[in-house]
Amino acid sequence: MKVSGILATKTGGVITAHPDQQIREAATMMAKHNIGSIVVVNQAGELVGILSERDIVRKAVTHDHVFDMPISDVMTQNVVTALPQDDLMSVAHTMTERRFRHMPILNADRELMGMISIGDVLKAQRDKYRGEIDTLETQLMADDA
Amino acid sequence: MSEVGTVENPLRVAIIGAGPSGFYATEHLFKQKGLTIEVDLYDRLPTPFGLVRNGVAPDHQKIKSVTAVFDRTAKKPGFRFFGNVELGKDITVEEMRQYYHALIYTTGAQTDRPMNIPGADLEGHHPATEFVAWYNGHPDFRDYQFDLSQERVAVVGIGNVAMDVARILCRTPEELKQTDIADYALDALSKSNVKEVYVLGRRGPAQAAFTTPEIKEFGEMEDADVFTIPEEVELDPLSEASLSESADRGTQRKVEIIQSYASNQPTGKSRKLIVRFLVSPTELFGDENGRVKAMKIVHNELYKTDAGSLRPKATDKTEVLDVGLVFRSIGYRGVPLPGVPFNDSWGVILNEDGRVINPDTKQPVPGEYTAGWIKRGPSGVIGTNKPDAVASVDLLLTDLRDGNLIAPTTPDAAAIAALIAARQPHYFTYADWQKLDELELANGAAQGRPRLKFTSVAAMIAALGK
Repeated sequence: MKVSGILATKTGGVITAHPDQQIREAATMMAKHNIGSIVVVNQAGELVGILSERDIVRKAVTHDHVFDMPISDVMTQNVVTALPQDDLMSVAHTMTERRFRHMPILNADRELMGMISIGDVLKAQRDKYRGEIDTLETQLMADDA
Repeated sequence: MSEVGTVENPLRVAIIGAGPSGFYATEHLFKQKGLTIEVDLYDRLPTPFGLVRNGVAPDHQKIKSVTAVFDRTAKKPGFRFFGNVELGKDITVEEMRQYYHALIYTTGAQTDRPMNIPGADLEGHHPATEFVAWYNGHPDFRDYQFDLSQERVAVVGIGNVAMDVARILCRTPEELKQTDIADYALDALSKSNVKEVYVLGRRGPAQAAFTTPEIKEFGEMEDADVFTIPEEVELDPLSEASLSESADRGTQRKVEIIQSYASNQPTGKSRKLIVRFLVSPTELFGDENGRVKAMKIVHNELYKTDAGSLRPKATDKTEVLDVGLVFRSIGYRGVPLPGVPFNDSWGVILNEDGRVINPDTKQPVPGEYTAGWIKRGPSGVIGTNKPDAVASVDLLLTDLRDGNLIAPTTPDAAAIAALIAARQPHYFTYADWQKLDELELANGAAQGRPRLKFTSVAAMIAALGK
């Protein structure tokens, strides 16, 4: 399965923020939309970073006033992105190995197409295996009949 | 009026598309305890089962055994089938919303992605889907013509459909007679002049989309030898590393089989199946009559994307294959339904996890859902559509509890049946299909075949004396 198979069922758009917005605003957006990370884009809409719950917690340990800080001071700048045609298994492997849970999806023109989470990937894999089991069971039962 | 889902006021659901996803959605609806549910399952063809009838290869009869599960679902009280009824032609979405609390679209991925290369408009270049629908007896495709007088054929793509097409082209008439292939296709393929079939994959053996049993099957053909090219099936360092990291024994076995074909020697069989890797077509050349006579291919190498996938990249090395017939199988997409929002980027109905989305408000269209390939694009096996359909139906049930379904003016089973009968007098019920099924099985048995399909709607109507 490709990444595009997950994006096909996500039309709500990606929640984004600008680097100069405060962490307080980002955290409010995360709570409101029940998401674990936010894609950070500049005025031109280009991806400049990703801000995760983990980034905020890590910064809060050393900065009491983390909520007043700009997103640019807390976000991860070196973002690993995927293409819609990337294999989901490869994406899962990369997320697991490099220990992150969200990956923005860009097209060949570097335009933001969506975001997938490790939860999306696991769900797709679960459905793949469930489907294969169901198909095999059906065929085995047909053999018995 | 009493609450929706009670005996007095059943939850009425229309499902558009009677393929696997339509049946899986129906099955899950009927599993709900404490709810009275009526399902009307529609299909634009008189026959149910979608791709199981019209897509699964005829020499893979076992895969079709899933229809026994669908038959059980069709026996449930509250189930009706309306075959030969087309959304947008015989009835509109707006009309349906007057009779049902919810609509589920499960129409699949009915068309293919184009191959945008010079010469793509030449005669003799076809979507594999058309060939598949033709040999499976799909009424819309029975009159299509494929030039099987050609000796060399290329199948572009290396997924399950490409494998099916290549295999069917290489089967002997005796092998095909054991299947439910359409009788006209059996006749045409029996006279086929095809000697060599190339299957062309963009990436390497470790990335091939086909399954291990499918590539193994290539090596067990009655009258075709299978070959691969040694330098194309040696794993490059990236594939080697990726395969060893993943410890994926299934893929390792698949690669071993592919590599074993590289040392095959001709055994005197009439046909050759040549599976090529790391090549992409770049141009089709035509003869003076505008027919395909050759294909230029470029050799690829793999590179690793940021996300870890191995993708193909063209090199300078090219070659020309003399082929007179080309089938492309490089991806599939859904066809928009009249009155239903469509996501053109991915070729699916515009949806959020299965709830149809209004493109203007970005909010769900109350009471409209989608499942299967028209929801997520084509992926997985038939059974993969089950959890997918279950997830969409669960959203429908959540919306029922929250009062977010359609409030139809006429939630009346008899009224919609009367409307359908007036619009399409030759609609097929499930009982009609079962009679047709019996006739097809009997006609097949008379010829020693599993089934002899009716391949035109007129013939189906006539067979039932409708």
